[in-house]
Amino acid sequence: MLEDSRNIVDVCVVGAGHAGCEAALACARLGLETVIFTVSIDSIALMPCNPNIGGTSKGHLVRELDALGGEMGKNIDKTFIQSKMLNLSKGPAVHSLRAQADKAEYSRAMRKVLENQEHLTIKQAEVCELLWEEIPSDQNERPDDSGSGKKKIVGIKTFTGMIYECRAVVLCTGTYLRARCLCGESITYTGPNGLQAANHLTDSLKKLGIEMRRFKTGTPARMDKRSIDFSKMEEQFGDERIVPFSFSTDPESIQKEQASCWLTYTNERTHEIIRSNLDRSPIYAGIIEGTGPRYCPSIEDKVVKFAEKEKHQVFLEPEGLHTNEMYVGGMSSSLPEDVQVAMYRTVPGLEHCKIVRNAYAIEYDCIDARQLKPSLEFRRIEGLFSGGQFNGSSGYEEAAGQGFVAGVNAAMFLLHRDPLIMDRSESYIGVLIDDLITKDNREPYRMMTSRAEYRLLLRQDNADLRLRKKGYEIGLVTEEQYQALLRKEKQIKEETERLKNTKVGANREIQSFLEEMGSTPLKTAASLAELICRPELDYEKIAVIDQNRKTLPRDVIEQVEIEIKYEGYISRQLKQVEQFKKMEKKKIPESLDYDEVPSLRLEARQKLKLFRPVSVGQASRISGVTPADVSVLLVFLEHYKSMGK
Amino acid sequence: MKTDTIAAIATGLSEAGIGIIRVSGRDAVETADRICRSKKGEKFLLTVKSHTIHYGYIVGCDCCGADWKDHIIDEVMISVMKGPYSYTAEDTVEINCHGGILVVKKAMEEVLRAGARLAEPGEFTKRAFLNGRIDLTKAEAVMDVIHSQSEMALSSSIHQLKGDLAEKIKDLRAKLLYEVAFIESALDDPEHISLEGYREKLSEKLCTVKDEIYRLIQSSDQGKLMKEGINTVIVGKPNVGKSSLLNLLVGEDRAIVTEIAGTTRDIIQESITLHGIGLNIIDTAGIRSAEDKVEQIGVEKAIHFVEKADLILFLIDASVPLDENDRRICSLIQPEKTVILLNKTDLKSVVDEKDVLEMAGGDHFRILKISTLEKTGIDAFEETIENMFFQGKLSSDHQVVITNLRHKEALQEAYEDLKLVEKSISDEMPEDFYSIDLMGAYAALGKITGEEVGEDLVNEIFSKFCMGK
Repeated sequence: MLEDSRNIVDVCVVGAGHAGCEAALACARLGLETVIFTVSIDSIALMPCNPNIGGTSKGHLVRELDALGGEMGKNIDKTFIQSKMLNLSKGPAVHSLRAQADKAEYSRAMRKVLENQEHLTIKQAEVCELLWEEIPSDQNERPDDSGSGKKKIVGIKTFTGMIYECRAVVLCTGTYLRARCLCGESITYTGPNGLQAANHLTDSLKKLGIEMRRFKTGTPARMDKRSIDFSKMEEQFGDERIVPFSFSTDPESIQKEQASCWLTYTNERTHEIIRSNLDRSPIYAGIIEGTGPRYCPSIEDKVVKFAEKEKHQVFLEPEGLHTNEMYVGGMSSSLPEDVQVAMYRTVPGLEHCKIVRNAYAIEYDCIDARQLKPSLEFRRIEGLFSGGQFNGSSGYEEAAGQGFVAGVNAAMFLLHRDPLIMDRSESYIGVLIDDLITKDNREPYRMMTSRAEYRLLLRQDNADLRLRKKGYEIGLVTEEQYQALLRKEKQIKEETERLKNTKVGANREIQSFLEEMGSTPLKTAASLAELICRPELDYEKIAVIDQNRKTLPRDVIEQVEIEIKYEGYISRQLKQVEQFKKMEKKKIPESLDYDEVPSLRLEARQKLKLFRPVSVGQASRISGVTPADVSVLLVFLEHYKSMGK
Repeated sequence: MKTDTIAAIATGLSEAGIGIIRVSGRDAVETADRICRSKKGEKFLLTVKSHTIHYGYIVGCDCCGADWKDHIIDEVMISVMKGPYSYTAEDTVEINCHGGILVVKKAMEEVLRAGARLAEPGEFTKRAFLNGRIDLTKAEAVMDVIHSQSEMALSSSIHQLKGDLAEKIKDLRAKLLYEVAFIESALDDPEHISLEGYREKLSEKLCTVKDEIYRLIQSSDQGKLMKEGINTVIVGKPNVGKSSLLNLLVGEDRAIVTEIAGTTRDIIQESITLHGIGLNIIDTAGIRSAEDKVEQIGVEKAIHFVEKADLILFLIDASVPLDENDRRICSLIQPEKTVILLNKTDLKSVVDEKDVLEMAGGDHFRILKISTLEKTGIDAFEETIENMFFQGKLSSDHQVVITNLRHKEALQEAYEDLKLVEKSISDEMPEDFYSIDLMGAYAALGKITGEEVGEDLVNEIFSKFCMGK
């Protein structure tokens, strides 16, 4: 290669989907020269599946990402066309924000952010090879479990033969690696939406000793709006008062007119068509080797799995304001086109539907993420990080969260700073990464509220209180944003204390107020906080008997109210976290030789040697490690400490 | 794992007929060899086969040469068990000495001088556990077996060893986990899983789980009595037959389990078993001192013991009228833990139940007639005690009984958590709140079986082990 065309940068990000964008922005914003590679510039921040951001537990991820200094929340605030807070009938832990996006606008807006970002270069090219060196073995404290030494990244090579020298690479290849799309018997070797697949990188990764997996996911058809009879469906409106995703977005600035979604249902006829054509589904016919997500099932899977259900929900969602395409949520499929048409046309309102894009399943290469450290760096390859669907997850939000952490940690690695690691008690992103790198995930991993043990503490409404400071310390949250957080914290604290310390007597005014509200009268004086605690009362309702109240921002009131109303639950959950932290704090020395630990069962010994958990807590979550093994490990570590090793 | 060599008196220091010193570790055989001699005065231990027992002597550590006989400490039986086929899975030597505190202590000192280190509490079992010989619940049950002082306690501990408790707890945990899983899946897939009417169902299910936990907690009182024996005090005015009663209970076919000098010098505590129930009897006859202020001191001490006792045996001489002494004692004791024994019923009785009840002034006492001389009324007496403490459940000892304080605490924690879930239900909190305390209860129960490994749980358990095992 000509000497003059040498490219020397700090970080290469492979892929410009939701993970890649966050990774690249984080690196560039921290001042590192960054190149982001994509097979098509037009597919930056593409939403190849559902036209929305957020949803149950995914909304949490986006708000956390925003608190840390990510871009996704801001971008959806700019481009949403409908917004809804889900699960309002349940507890605050499971309230979740979801916004319908104008897909094209979302993609365009993100591309603009990337294009205007200092230190960031966008390059349309397929990355084919990772360039690496062996780290001389005397620098290796411990030989690799596979027998070879530790490696480090020195660059990448594109399909057209260009080399980019760099010290860190973030892999965010999404569903593009050796991708193939299936629609019944017809198979195309492309990435999502007919985009070019990346067919070469896998071989290079395997040569590096990376263990690959093959996963599958799918998407439903898109329909021409004009062919749908909405009068047979239930209209789904957005919220009257819109809550933004980003803590930096002024709520007043985004109150706008919203588009509607529509709800309809499948029926026995739909299911009958599916059942009688199952043999033509590539999954049930055994053509697909990849494993699909159980928690995001195709309509075929639902019909088989919930055989007793007479109907399933179908949501019609606009793909944008400037297109007629409607997304058919709940009916992803890999059945052949003729079956798809027949199947969709059984659904009320879709009798005369015209399909713009067929539903399809996509198969792609990804990794067993247990090869990664909590920083998302490969354990045996210095400078190589990865995030997103490449790590075996599913969903835009999961991808963005990981991409951000991988990007930040690539930067931290180059800047010789401590990595960003969040544990299960700190964030959904922490839960997500811990699950990915610890558990044996046999299908695309989807975030769910049930995966977070301490979810009452990990609410979407307090993501800024939990994580803003971390973002500020990393350098991705501005001074102004941080000061705003400190102000908010102060207001919450003062108001909570005021309510706890303001007593109201059992006088006639108070008693008649309580009676009016259907609440039991007071026997003795009580604090305002105690009144808020009552199920039938809240902050707003007691306004009449709270004359000295200052006008406070909604988000402050929300925190005050939650903290007071659920104090008992919160403090019990905090106790559980305390227990959890104790085990997380028991670090396992990197030099520990598991062969020296007596009476570990064989399976546990092998798993521990292979995945080298950083703490006893993490060890206890590895599939194949039993509580008995953990107690053995605990006692041994005590012994190990006392031996002064 | 290479370990240093540890030693301890495995039988505990007592005046028992035999005392065993256990040595375990890398150099166990070498260490013992330094102080063991054959009949002919030669060292021999290094050459013997594993799992054999040998006659010989323990001698002073620095003894060498022909005058070995002057250094003999005890005549012993020595067994050698090479790892991994021993309790700790390490090389182990056990020295069976003649009993008595002094001899065993002296022999032990020599073992330490020969190079072993005094074992920490529970260290042998800790090693057995570390070397994969036993798991956590079994390790705990071992401790209970060692500490149990009666047949009943032993059988209960053995049930735990077999895993009955673990089974019970696992069953309860599975029930809780099912509910959590249901709530969680309904949160994640509201389209297919409905929570309608779930509150009522959950309330019912929780009730049964709570009841079972409650029963286990209640059983711990029984468990404690089984394990440690019933603290019993015999009271009565002088010459009423207290000693005779004691002798009767202790003597003949009734085994003396141990005989320990009490904390107070002049108190003798006897441990006996009665139908498999352990009684630790404090004989207040021993309270007497040679001084003049007998009565005063005696009463003070009697009050003290009466307050602490689980069972009071109040002896009354039925052949003489009740007097001031009887009344005084009667006013000191609590009816619910007392059995009044009308003794000397072989003579002409002048006191009957009616008189006693009249004296008690309305308090309801259990009253039995016995004769320590003719040994009558003893069967009824035993039956009464059984009913008092075990509600006659002794024969059906297949019920799981809690004998361990740590287990009891965990059960109580779980019980409190379930009460909080019930409160959440009655407060009509959203279902996602239930999981917090359901998981709390689940985790608490897991501490019992070791499935939920607390930070220092392992070390805490082992530190409670008695010396030697």
